[in-house]
Amino acid sequence: MRSTIIKKGGVLTAKLSGELDQHSAAKVRRELDEALRDPGIRRIEFDLAGLTFMDSSGIGVILGRYRTVSRRGGSMGIANAADNVERILRMSGVYTLTTERSAQ
Amino acid sequence: MKNLLRTSFPSLTQNEALARGIAAQFSLLFDPTVEELSDIRTAVSEAVTNAVIHGYGHKNGVVFMELCAEDDVLTVTVRDEGRGIEDIELARRPFYTSMPEAERSGMGFAVMEAFMDSVKVESEPGRGTTVIMKKRLGSDE
Repeated sequence: MRSTIIKKGGVLTAKLSGELDQHSAAKVRRELDEALRDPGIRRIEFDLAGLTFMDSSGIGVILGRYRTVSRRGGSMGIANAADNVERILRMSGVYTLTTERSAQ
Repeated sequence: MKNLLRTSFPSLTQNEALARGIAAQFSLLFDPTVEELSDIRTAVSEAVTNAVIHGYGHKNGVVFMELCAEDDVLTVTVRDEGRGIEDIELARRPFYTSMPEAERSGMGFAVMEAFMDSVKVESEPGRGTTVIMKKRLGSDE
């Protein structure tokens, strides 16, 4: 599991790759929370192009980070999920919380 | 063809990846589709995660996994000897979690049900939990 975090103009982009399960979630959560300590971050975008596996632990990671940015009046985006990851994302209803970046 | 594999491992989150890898490798003998393989990996990951974090609550324990394939039906049994579930119906309810502080989404059983053909849960408080999941392989063609 690797996460690459890019901060630019109030937007945090988290590129996740590898397998996200309960085990790897702890590390991702730590890294993202560290980056989100910057109060200037108003939007988090998950780029899941490199994610080959995700179980429901990933939903907890996404919702927890969404909570942080939404408390600041911020927003969230999720992009590039592979089919197997997309199924769990859809089941969870997490897409009802996402917006396009252009809507900002 | 009939095949059977029994394995057990310490209740470590590291072993989630090991367990789904073993289940996927076992299933390959039965010529599954890519989607079926992915479904099995996800369902096994959910069941093993439940055993590790709910069954044993991160305490030391042993997770038992049995993979059985007969004709084209795969049966995965994941068992723990942990604390068990008081109310199975409640535990299976989508989005219910006994551990909201741990950012558990409460989707574990819902995912298992969605990705496998059937999921049976047996549990006794103080004795442990057994999850039995079945899936017919190669059924798409």
